[in-house]
Parts: sequence; C-alpha cells; structure tokens
Amino acid sequence: MMRFLLLFSRQGKLRLQKWYTPLSEREKKKIIRDMTTMVLARQPRTCNFLHWKDLKIIYKRYASLYFCLGVESEENELLGLEVIHRYVELLDKYFGNVCELDIIFNFEKAYFILDEFLMSGEIQETSKQTINRCIENSDMLQEDYNNEWYEVELFG
Amino acid sequence: MGSSEMCRDLAGEVEKLLKTSNSYLRKKVGVLHTSVVLLTEMCERSPDMLAHFRKLVPQLVRILKNLIMSGYSPEHDVSGISDPFLQVRILRLLRILGKSDDDSSEAMNDILAQVATNTETSKNVGNAILYETVLTIMDIKSESGLRVSRFLLNNDKNIRYVALTSLLKTVQTDHNAVQRHRSTIVDCLKDLDVSIKRRAMELSFALVNGNNIRGMMKELLYFLDSCDPEFKADCASGVFLAAEKYAPSKRWHIDTIMRVLTTAGSYVRDDSVPNLIQLITNSVEMHAYTVQRLYKALLDDISQQPLVQVASWCIGEYGDLLVSGQCEEEEPIQVTEDEVLDVLEGLLVSNLSTPVTRGYALTAIMKLSTRFSSVNRIKKVVSIYGSSIDVELQQRAVEYNALFKKYDHMRPALLERMPIMEKTSTNGPTEIVQTNGETEPSVVETKHLPPVTQSTNQVDQTALKNNGLKIDFTFERANPNPNVAVITIHASNLTEADMTDFVFQAAVPKTFQLQLLSPSSNVVPALNQGTVTQVIRVLNSQKQQLRMRIKLTYTLKGSPVQDLAEVNNFPPQSWQ
Repeated sequence: MMRFLLLFSRQGKLRLQKWYTPLSEREKKKIIRDMTTMVLARQPRTCNFLHWKDLKIIYKRYASLYFCLGVESEENELLGLEVIHRYVELLDKYFGNVCELDIIFNFEKAYFILDEFLMSGEIQETSKQTINRCIENSDMLQEDYNNEWYEVELFG
Repeated sequence: MGSSEMCRDLAGEVEKLLKTSNSYLRKKVGVLHTSVVLLTEMCERSPDMLAHFRKLVPQLVRILKNLIMSGYSPEHDVSGISDPFLQVRILRLLRILGKSDDDSSEAMNDILAQVATNTETSKNVGNAILYETVLTIMDIKSESGLRVSRFLLNNDKNIRYVALTSLLKTVQTDHNAVQRHRSTIVDCLKDLDVSIKRRAMELSFALVNGNNIRGMMKELLYFLDSCDPEFKADCASGVFLAAEKYAPSKRWHIDTIMRVLTTAGSYVRDDSVPNLIQLITNSVEMHAYTVQRLYKALLDDISQQPLVQVASWCIGEYGDLLVSGQCEEEEPIQVTEDEVLDVLEGLLVSNLSTPVTRGYALTAIMKLSTRFSSVNRIKKVVSIYGSSIDVELQQRAVEYNALFKKYDHMRPALLERMPIMEKTSTNGPTEIVQTNGETEPSVVETKHLPPVTQSTNQVDQTALKNNGLKIDFTFERANPNPNVAVITIHASNLTEADMTDFVFQAAVPKTFQLQLLSPSSNVVPALNQGTVTQVIRVLNSQKQQLRMRIKLTYTLKGSPVQDLAEVNNFPPQSWQ
C-alpha cells in the first residue's frame, strides 16, 4: 500500500502532496522536510530506492520535478517506478507535453487525475483511456456549468 | 481496504465477479484489478479466507495466461507488456495463496516459469514483473531457479538493489545458493551507491561462516576503513559478532579486534569495551602479546576512546608482562616502567580523554603499584588527583590514597589479577571492570561502620556451633546459571567479647568450583549484636551431593582461635 505521493521541484518547493493515511499537520511537514532533504541530496546516477523508517521511498526525476512515493516494505519497488511513470503519462496525455507550469497553474486537475488513478494507496484503474475519458467528462460538466451562469446573468 | 465485516460480505460478490471477468476481461479489467487487491488484503489478514480462496488458483492462472498471450491492448499496456500492474498483483496473490500449499504451488509452477522466460527484461517494466515472479517462486514450495543471479550482474543500479534485497530474504532459507554469489556481493561493497553498499554489507554479514571468515573479514575490514561514518558503527558491531562466532584462532581474533579499534575506534558501541576486555581476560596465553600490541597502538594515537580504554585496562592488569619483555608471538619490545607510567599519565592530562577514560587510566596506574617497583611515583600521581575538579577522579584518588596509607596490607590482595569471568549476563563484566578499583576501597571504608543487623533470612542450615560462634548457611540459586549455588554464611557471636580478624575459608571436593566473595566485615560483634555475612558461589556442574570443609580463624580476648568443621548434610534443593 502506498502511504504518500509528493511532487517537489529542484529547489525543494512542494507542488503536489497526496496522503493515503491520516497524519497530523506536524507529521506531514516533517515527512515533507525529510523527503526533500533526502531525495535532493542523492547523486544523479544512484539507485532510485531509499529506506526511511519502516517505509521504502521510490523517487524519480522528470525534468525539474521529483516524484517521491512512499510505500510499505512489502511492495515491489520496480512496480512503484512504473506507477510514477504511468501517472506522468496520464498528465502528459491530458495537458499535452506537460511541464511544471501546467501543474502549478492547474494543480486541481492534477489531483483529479491522481484520484482517478490511485485510491487509498492502491491502483484503482489501469486503463489510460478510461481515466482520460472520466476527466474529459468532468471537464465538460464544468464548462456547461459555467455557461449556465453566464446565460442567467444576461437574461436576469 | 475496508473492515472485516465488509470484506466477508463482499467475498461472495468478488467470487462472482472474478468468474464473469473471465469472459469480459478487457472491459472489466479495472474491476478485476481492484478485486484482486481486495482478495490479497483479505488473504493476508485472515487464514480461513486463504483456505477459501485457494480454489480460485486455477482461475487466476488462466487470467494471467490470457494477459500474457493476448494481443496488443493499447490502453493497458506499458512498452509491449499488457497490464503489468494487474500481472504483478495476480502474482502477489498467487504467492500468498501458494505459500504453504503444495497443490496450488503445482498449479502455478508452469505459468511462473512461462512468465519468467517470456518477459522481456530490457525495460524496467519487464524487470518489475520478473522481480515479483522471483519473489513468488522463492516463497512457494518449488525448486527456485534463482533467476536472481541474472539480476545481480545487471549494471542498472535499481536492479542490483532489488537483487540484493531478495538475496537477503533467501539467505535464511537457502544459504548455499547465495554463497555462490559471494564474490559479486563483495564487489557491491565497493559500489558508490549508499543504498547498495548498505544492502551488500548486511548480506555479507549474513554470509560469513567458518570457511570464508578470513577472506570475508579482510574485505569487511577494508570496507570499514573506507566507508561513511554512518556505516561504521554497524559494521564494527557486525565484525565483532562474526569474529566471536567464527574466529579460527585467538591470535587472529585479537588482531581483528585491534584492527577495528584502530580504524573505527570512535564509532565502536559502548558495550563492546567490556566485551572485549572479557575476551582478552579469557585468552590467558595471549596476554603478553595483547598488551604489547595495545601499548604500541597507544603510543601512536590516543584519540580513539574505546581503544584507549581497553589499552589502559590491559596495561593495568598485565603491565608486569609488558615490562619483562616476554612475548612469544612477536618481537618483544623493551619498555621500562617509567615509560609505561609516562603514557598513562599522558592519558590523564590529555584533552582528548573523556572522564571515563581518565577513570580507566587512574585505576590502571593504581593497579601497577603492586606490579611495578616504582611505588613512590604512583603514590605522587594518585595524591595529585585527590584534589581534581572531576568528582569521579577525585573520589577514586582519595580512596586509592587511603589504600596506600591505612590499608596498605590489603593492597596486594585487592589489586591482584582478575579471575576469568564467566559470561553470565551483559551486566557481569561491566560491573567488575568499572568498579574494580572502587568497591574494594569502599568495602574497606565500611570496616568501621556499624555492622549489619541481625537479618531475618530463613536459616536453611546451621553449619557450626562451637565456643560461642554460630555459622548459618542460607541458599539460593544463581539466576543465569542453574548449576551455581549461592550460599550466604551468617556468622554470629554469642560470647561477651568481639571476635576480631575473623576470616572464613572453605574447601570443596575437586568436582566443584568455589568462589568466595568479600565478607561484610572482619569483626563479629559480641552478644549477637550483629552478623558477618559472606557469599560463596559453588559451581556444581556434575550435580553431585555438595560437601564442604570450613575453617574459621579469629581473635577472641587477645588469643587466636581456629575452628574446623565439615558440612555434609546440605539440603537437596541447594545442589539439585
């Protein structure tokens, strides 16, 4: 089971955080601090797996962003890398050539996609098409909603 | 993944889903995945679920086969492998189901072999599946093909890490297979990556055995030299443990310990110092060699505290061997008493020494007063520290001073060589070492304190009752070692005058071993005002009837008295 997923930049700024276990604010901040220091301190060509307390940390760097996944010790680390990669592919498909700015300005969409893919620490849906279709549907609902408001304003 | 009741309710539903999913595989794969995850959790938590779902194994095997054989499905696949997430989950579930069940293992064997051979390993995905397969193969009861060797030789860091982790798991069950890869593992020690180094170190310690100890130890000591500080403590303790278990000879053992102390001395754990001291005491024939090497090490470097502590303790104990220049194993060095005292005094004044080390050094100097002839110099040193700021040092110095002045007759007896310590508990050696110079003088100090009041212990036996002197024995069993009987004697005096210079001696037949601890006092006060107690420890390894001859000498009204007795009627529970 996955415990948390963090995204942070090379400078240590947190972009996304998703927690799959209940933790207090203090604990979350501590974990974020520990993860950023540990992962950013790693040499470029070292192994992608770390040990932290009783969890395994799987991290991967994509351009300027670090994806950091904390899993329990029975999990398959190589599969964890695949999970990170699948999420990146989903973001890429949706935003079209995704970059850090996309995630900064549309972080709520990033969270929606993540929630479609992972739920309570496990993979929910493995099909890329299904996930994309769900997000597109919710986008269309949002637009309709906005349009309705506009019409109401015009016609009192 | 939901409460246990919910799971039980859903179990039936999930079974149905799995059966239908067979036909609508592609459409319902999301559901299939989650149901497999649910099953895995349920089986992990509850063993009856496990039995219940065992019958699903053939179905799972079929699903897996379909996944591998089925053609290209763009939405689920990752670089040519269809739905690796589902594959891995199914493999994990198969692992749990097949763990201790032969039939399921049989059913799975083929598919596992097929997955293992057909999966392409050029990409990470393939490796992920292969890793899961290997773990499954290892856990279920079948001959493991040990594909791990392929992993270990791979250049990719991630793969190597994963291989080392899985080897660590197998090493408990299949030791020999892992030995084959020993050389590769030892190479991994030299890898730059911290995680890999740590795994390789743990694995190397697990692999050490009587045959490869010398070679492995060389590699591990080299590793200790060059590794990061965070590893040094673990590596040092590991080296000590391995050396203790598999040392081919005492000399090799001591050499290895010396090497660890000199290279990683400051990272060694605190409890290793007493353990080492005990080890050195027990290897009687190596005393001269050990003290010589430690002395030479001390001349080079006094910054590593554990090394300095062990060295100063040994010099205190065996200083006479050092000065006499007798050493068969190595070239004996010529050392004078003054040089040794210089070194120890240097430790006392150096800024690098911690208070504990200073305590060790002072006690060592004191012990040398009975082994060396330059007593005056030692007296001077000890009296200087009587006014030291450090309370611990001051107390020690004052007590040693008292030992020189008032109790000089007791000094040789107190400071003689330590006996061989049996390793009873972790506290044993520490107590003796740390308090060696201390409890002795404090016992001396209590000579003039009021004696112990009449205790209300159960009197198990009266050994002697003669001329107004009564000796009682009470028995108990020493905790860590049931063969040791602890007998406490209580001496009481019924005459009107005190019995002074009271000495109790005991002798036992050859099959026993006797240890007499110090008495509470030398004066048995008159008219039953108090008792003198002394503890005797008897090792009765052959469980024979305990017999003892006791001899008492004391001075009553100015004239010496001697009394002998033989005690044969010990109660059975004291020695059985």
